[in-house]
Amino acid sequence: MTPTPQPAVIRPDPILTPDAAFFWEGAKRGELLAQRCADCGSLQHPPRPMCPACHSVHREEVRLSGRGEVYSWIIPRHPPAVGFTRPPVVAVIQLEEGIRIVSNVVGVADDQVAIGLQVEVQFEPTVGGYAVPVFHPRAG
Amino acid sequence: MGAYAARRAAVVGIGQTAFSRKDDRSELQLAAEAANAALDDAGLKPADVDGMITYAIDPTDEIGMIRCLGVADLAFTTRLPGAGAAAAATIHQAMAAVISGVCEVVLVWRSINQGVNYRYGKPQTGGAWLPGSGTGSLLWCMPFGAQTPATWAALASQRYMETFGVTNRDLAPLSVVQRKYAATNPTALFYGRPITPEDHQQSKWIVEPVLRLLDCCQENAGAVAFVVTTLERARDLRQVPVRIVAAAQSIPFNVEVISNYYHEDLTQMPEAVGTARRLYACAGLTPGDIQVAELYDAFTPQVLMQLEAFGFCGKGEAKDFVAAGHLEPGGLLPVNTHGGLIGEAYIHGMNTITEGVRQVRGTAVNQVENVQHALVSSAMAAAILGRA
Repeated sequence: MTPTPQPAVIRPDPILTPDAAFFWEGAKRGELLAQRCADCGSLQHPPRPMCPACHSVHREEVRLSGRGEVYSWIIPRHPPAVGFTRPPVVAVIQLEEGIRIVSNVVGVADDQVAIGLQVEVQFEPTVGGYAVPVFHPRAG
Repeated sequence: MGAYAARRAAVVGIGQTAFSRKDDRSELQLAAEAANAALDDAGLKPADVDGMITYAIDPTDEIGMIRCLGVADLAFTTRLPGAGAAAAATIHQAMAAVISGVCEVVLVWRSINQGVNYRYGKPQTGGAWLPGSGTGSLLWCMPFGAQTPATWAALASQRYMETFGVTNRDLAPLSVVQRKYAATNPTALFYGRPITPEDHQQSKWIVEPVLRLLDCCQENAGAVAFVVTTLERARDLRQVPVRIVAAAQSIPFNVEVISNYYHEDLTQMPEAVGTARRLYACAGLTPGDIQVAELYDAFTPQVLMQLEAFGFCGKGEAKDFVAAGHLEPGGLLPVNTHGGLIGEAYIHGMNTITEGVRQVRGTAVNQVENVQHALVSSAMAAAILGRA
């Protein structure tokens, strides 16, 4: 039997910067991570080299639940986004730990996307072997 | 009043190139031509310039400008973060430099040639938008398909719109009135080309459900410059001095320039709220003292949010304020009387400032009557201009 052909991976790779590489390395392993201050415990996103609460530079990575809700969303129609076969739903996700990240909502019809939609993380590969966290609807 | 030192600052010259879709001249040439025009407008010579200010993101450089203009010796330079949000920060910096006495004559410019070197409408997955461009954390958007300024801005506006029941159709009258102003402005890219609300609604989606084509500025080329000096010196120059009554900047914690998703409440623009608070306090004025407003408008929702932040209407009321016709010629608060970035040209907000100068001088093509104070805003910074 011929195996079902997998769709080609064309999504662009994340841009790795010194202070944020851990996030993408975690995504590659299928883990949604955030930066936590090793001294005062505050969560930060986007990651940064110093904690704005206590000014510690000691950071640790913490795995998040992967649950959250849609906080704001769009569908880029024109010009077509690079690395997508159809226009993606781009959303700001409010994670239940209290931080927000930009991502995609997948597995939902465009007209079903709305603020407050309850979502959960999954991962999709990128062209150069990395992965990014995206979110699908979950039962509220 | 009296928030500043005894020295006061004024805008004494404005200049620009023709605006076009694409220009064969280099950005440096465009900038130098606009600068020369601004100095000539003021009755100053390049040798008088001892300060220079532009955006962090501007592709020209100070050395190139010195070499083109024959500037003798600069005493002060600075560059502003924030892409288009830097626009009004330039006038704030110029004012601060002049009233502090670190220099006397500041040349400010922005040069853009999107047909040649880079295109804001073209999806980007890296390059110019990395940290150091003065634009914040755009890299968090790229792999998810938000790869243009329109997508970043729309994602920041959508929650505001959904929260207050603002639909894309509500943006139509704003786009229409700006194109009405542009239609009578010979320097505008859309001179003689007004639109109807139906045109707006039939234009293609750029970012659903926020922006159609006619909600967006266009890729184009051109340069705009202005000159700031002391009010005392301004009185001896060629033009009626336009006093910088007050200028202010605000970049609150966790605010970004366009990928602005991390501050507490996305139904408002905290940077514009902060700017407005400082600005009115410095000026000793209120929104009712402003007769005309030139508000940064790369995309139409940004105008609604600035109308609210600067106190011209209540939170969530901007769509009704626009629908009531208050921005129209002869309205309560004419806005973007040159056509704005959407109707005149996208010179990254620098032409927003020079239109405010023209309104105070009384030389605008769509002149508002009895202008005592004009507001010019790029949200993260703003200034109130007035008669000397």
